[in-house]
Amino acid sequence: MAGKPKLHYFNGRGRMETTRWLLAAAGVEFEECFLESKDDMIKLLNNGVLLFQQVPMVEIDGMKMVQSRAICNYIAAKYNLYGKDLKQRALIDMYVEALMDLNELLMAHHLQPADKKEQHLATIVDKATNRYFPVYEKVLKDHGQDFLVGNQLSRADVQLLETLLMAEECKPDLLAKFPLLQSFKARTSNIPTIKKFLQPGSQRKPPLQEKDLPKVMKIFY
Amino acid sequence: MSGKPRLTYLNGRGRMEPVRWLLAAAGVEFEEVFLETREQYEKLIKDGVLLFQQVPLVEIDGMKMVQTRAILSYIAGKYNLYGKDLKERALIDMYVEGIADLMQMILMFPFSPPEAKEKNLDSIKERATNRYFPVFEKVLKQHGQDFLVGNKFSWADVQLIEAILAVEEKIPSVLSGFPQLQAFKIKMSNMPTIKKFLQPGSPRKPPPDERYVETVLKVFKK
Repeated sequence: MAGKPKLHYFNGRGRMETTRWLLAAAGVEFEECFLESKDDMIKLLNNGVLLFQQVPMVEIDGMKMVQSRAICNYIAAKYNLYGKDLKQRALIDMYVEALMDLNELLMAHHLQPADKKEQHLATIVDKATNRYFPVYEKVLKDHGQDFLVGNQLSRADVQLLETLLMAEECKPDLLAKFPLLQSFKARTSNIPTIKKFLQPGSQRKPPLQEKDLPKVMKIFY
Repeated sequence: MSGKPRLTYLNGRGRMEPVRWLLAAAGVEFEEVFLETREQYEKLIKDGVLLFQQVPLVEIDGMKMVQTRAILSYIAGKYNLYGKDLKERALIDMYVEGIADLMQMILMFPFSPPEAKEKNLDSIKERATNRYFPVFEKVLKQHGQDFLVGNKFSWADVQLIEAILAVEEKIPSVLSGFPQLQAFKIKMSNMPTIKKFLQPGSPRKPPPDERYVETVLKVFKK
């Protein structure tokens, strides 16, 4: 039998966090193998298990999957979090790709040097409140349903919640003008598998701090 | 009926070129609207047709699709270029994402400052010959089939031929250590739909030049 999926990455969010969210939301238990040093990375490389010499890498169903989008696509489809047909998939993909753009921005925030932080935050606030949040607020308003697509939980909902929480970590009142996103956040956080993932002691990772950056860089460079 | 897909972008490769390749490979005719001025772009935003205020935009099957990967996934799914099951899909996704990382370097290259261009070109060469091409060389060698996944033409093959040609434009000898990829390039180039796309007068766009860079900066300046 295949056993639990095994995630290879450093002990932090980075490009693996969305995979953790999706597996957790789907109620799938998983193991983690943390890269702590350059030697750990070299060992993986020498074992020939990293198709493009990079992590994330997830061992799942007999495959050694790399490329975070490929991994998330597979998990979403396998656990019925990808809509019921091509058109629902298309909507989910559009929503999810934009969230990934916003996530990149949010993740970078904690790593900004002190003198750049304020300006970076201004960019985040601008993009989040003018480009991204209004879209999801409107989607929820237009159909009045609990979930973004097809009246059923999908990866779009999981990734939206992930992003909303990360956004609030940067600026706690970022959702102030978005009442439907606020209720979406509350409601989705209460889904049992997600509620469990949001509790202390779960495999959810904290944001990376500037002081942790040198150690992470050493693993890869 | 919806009619032909309609692509809105600049008159150049950029982030739309993989979409042109995929539609062409699938034998699907499409129309194009070219953005030439900032005013045109601002009008699109004002008209509310760009979900996240960005292009590429592809109007297809009654949808106004944005986000390149979403668009490509939809086209691949619709025209049977996405494998026959979840595991083939996973392979195709891994290959396509790896190639996309290489193509990103090529996408950004025209916008790098003159003093960084040589270094960036070296990086492209290094990544192509040490990280990406060896993977596909090995895949083709191991199964001995014409196509990357499932013995059937897929999105992965289209993405790979696009990347090979794009890298060769910059580094003509780049395939010299890769006999399988050389054979793959010839086979793909001779497939009827792709052969047509590679002929002059097709929707395929030329490599970015200074004029294209200027247009990008003009239309999208913040």
